[in-house]
Amino acid sequence: MKHTIAVLVENKPGVLARVSGLFARRGFNIHSLAVGTTESPNVSRMTIVVDLPERPLEHVTKQVYKLINVLKVIELEPELSVERELMLIKVRAVAEVRARIIELTEIFRGKVIDVGTDSMTIEITGAPEKIQAFEDLVAVYGIIELVKSGRVALSRGSKSIKDRQLRVAG
Amino acid sequence: MSEVTGAKALFLALEAVGVEHIFGIPGGAILPAYDPLIDSTVKHILCRHEQGAAHAADGYAQASGKVGVCMATSGPGATNLITGLASSFMDSIPVVAITGQVPRPAMGYDAFQESDITGNAGPVTKHTFLVMEPDDIAQTVAEAFHIASTGRPGPVLIDIPKDVLQARFTYKPAGPVDLPGYQPTTKPNQRQIVEAAKLIAESERPILYAGGGIIKAGASAELVQLAEMTGIPVVTTLMARGVIPDGHDLCLGMPGMHGNYTAVTALQRSDLLIGIGPRFDDRVTGKLSHFAPDAKIIHADIDPAEISKNRKADVPIVGDAKAVLVELIKVIESRRGKDSQPDYSAWRDTVNGWKKAYPYKYTQTEDGPLKPQYVVERIAALTDGNAIYCSGVGQHQMWGSQFIPFRRPRTWINSGGSGAMGFGVPAAMGAKVAMPDDEVWCIDGDGCFQMTCQELATMAVEKIPIKIAILNNAYLGMVRQWQELFYDERYSEVEFGWDIPDYVKLAEAYGCIGLRVESMQDVDTAIEKARGVNDRPVVIDFRCDKGEMCYPMVAAGSSNDDIILGPEYEKEPVAHELGDHLYSQEEDMVID
Repeated sequence: MKHTIAVLVENKPGVLARVSGLFARRGFNIHSLAVGTTESPNVSRMTIVVDLPERPLEHVTKQVYKLINVLKVIELEPELSVERELMLIKVRAVAEVRARIIELTEIFRGKVIDVGTDSMTIEITGAPEKIQAFEDLVAVYGIIELVKSGRVALSRGSKSIKDRQLRVAG
Repeated sequence: MSEVTGAKALFLALEAVGVEHIFGIPGGAILPAYDPLIDSTVKHILCRHEQGAAHAADGYAQASGKVGVCMATSGPGATNLITGLASSFMDSIPVVAITGQVPRPAMGYDAFQESDITGNAGPVTKHTFLVMEPDDIAQTVAEAFHIASTGRPGPVLIDIPKDVLQARFTYKPAGPVDLPGYQPTTKPNQRQIVEAAKLIAESERPILYAGGGIIKAGASAELVQLAEMTGIPVVTTLMARGVIPDGHDLCLGMPGMHGNYTAVTALQRSDLLIGIGPRFDDRVTGKLSHFAPDAKIIHADIDPAEISKNRKADVPIVGDAKAVLVELIKVIESRRGKDSQPDYSAWRDTVNGWKKAYPYKYTQTEDGPLKPQYVVERIAALTDGNAIYCSGVGQHQMWGSQFIPFRRPRTWINSGGSGAMGFGVPAAMGAKVAMPDDEVWCIDGDGCFQMTCQELATMAVEKIPIKIAILNNAYLGMVRQWQELFYDERYSEVEFGWDIPDYVKLAEAYGCIGLRVESMQDVDTAIEKARGVNDRPVVIDFRCDKGEMCYPMVAAGSSNDDIILGPEYEKEPVAHELGDHLYSQEEDMVID
């Protein structure tokens, strides 16, 4: 099962390697990983999506928390959080199919952000399933390349990650 | 203060945190640091191999409780430290390693002797620092020592580029350490302590499962106090030997793969394990799904990631072992009226019955081959269990742990979790430097000895008079034992031979004293002779029975119920007290 882990870290070199190393040492693949700055200048936030069983997840989470530069680790349960991903996708788009692709983009509330002679680049934001659905639909026209931001997520309601208990206590 | 170099700042910072000794070897990138060393109060011990320096720092820390320090140059110098750091990491030993790095502008360009040591050492250290500005040196040193020595101790590496060591700047001493992501929980949760006390009061067959955390916390006295006030027997893991004297009525000795029958079986038959600072390591639990099937688990550890890692705890307690024991003692005292007074005498009788019936056994005959166990027993007897004993990894290590009756903590120093062969000689060197007034013995194997014996040169020059007993069985003994038992006696690449090298000549070549013993009659004389030497190391080549096996044994992947007592017990089969447990059928992992 896929799990979304949010990690607050000090903004220092090497932190990303340390965190990802704890997954790699067990042979676990990281499905997606997004890192960016936060409201505090010295703190970055990682959103890690991994597909692994509950028990090793619990242990690896505890190990991540142990890292000196890690400030907080929580798991974001899908039903209690909002998750989004951004995709830029370059689709083969000769004149005859452009209208159809634009129509699909509108249905998905995406944006055409670049148009070439026989290609279009579209920006789609949404839950991972929505992104996947769009990708599947335009696949017939030919996908030239695409990039995904990786999932980012926040818990629902007024609380912040800092108010939450660790995913695993003691 | 006037301008100093980064290197000078490094030594000012090391002096400020109280460093007295460094084990190291110079080289290109660390060269600037070796200049202010000349004028520093810090004493440097010039090792012959960086692995030796790292193990020496570990032995120094294990013997004294202080932070051990090692230093090496960039590239190969730094990577040679890795085995030692990994061992310190697995055994939670406070060590700080300082490495030189190529100058900042060269970093990342595959410069001569460049290695990404913070990347390399990351997974086997508690933390690593790469110091990119001379201004950061003092603060980094303060933080590194704080991290290494607090919480769950461990090794920390500081990598400093050569041009940072050379830069001139105005030195400012370190300020207070402020690490927002590092706040170890030392004070246990009171509610959990009360829960633990309740479980103890309800239990009938409790065992105190004492781990290395007790040594780190300096909580031996509290452990003994808890054992005595409750009458609960204690098993001491490989990393906790000596936390309660082996001669104590309540001490059952070492459990695990080569632990004694009583300690292993007491854990198995227990209805409550009170784990204070152990890891529930695979060497102790055997087949995990069969481990202590009736037992509830109290697991106290300063590292939350250890709790319920292998065996689910019924009462998890995060905290420093000393604080946990102190609180537990208080709560048990205060509940004396409320709880029914548990009486474990029947349980103790059972356990003591095992103790009497199934001690470690071997037979040394007058004219037969020299038994390694006999050598260990004689060393222990003649030193009265009062020395510091170090070991490498293998059969000799297990015999050391089995046959030395330890009297106090920090007197058994080995590479437990990592199992780093070659640990013994340099660790003993480190222990002797830390505790010069103690007699230090290294119980070694011929395989281990050959991995790090170059440190004999260091010790001969520095006059570090340790005693090394090579239990020379001409084989990689533990590997040979496994090939005999599990590979149909198909011996593959395990024979070293008795004669090459000639250990006596080798010792002499290094400026040490070499002795050889081939029969039991000469054992005591050689030990006494070694004990009389105080200006250089002594190496004794004890030529032991090549085929001797280490028993008891719980084979890898087997249940502790299936402990094999060995040939000494074949004549009188064991009335094995098996429980009638329905074990889960799920496949456990097997860790060879």
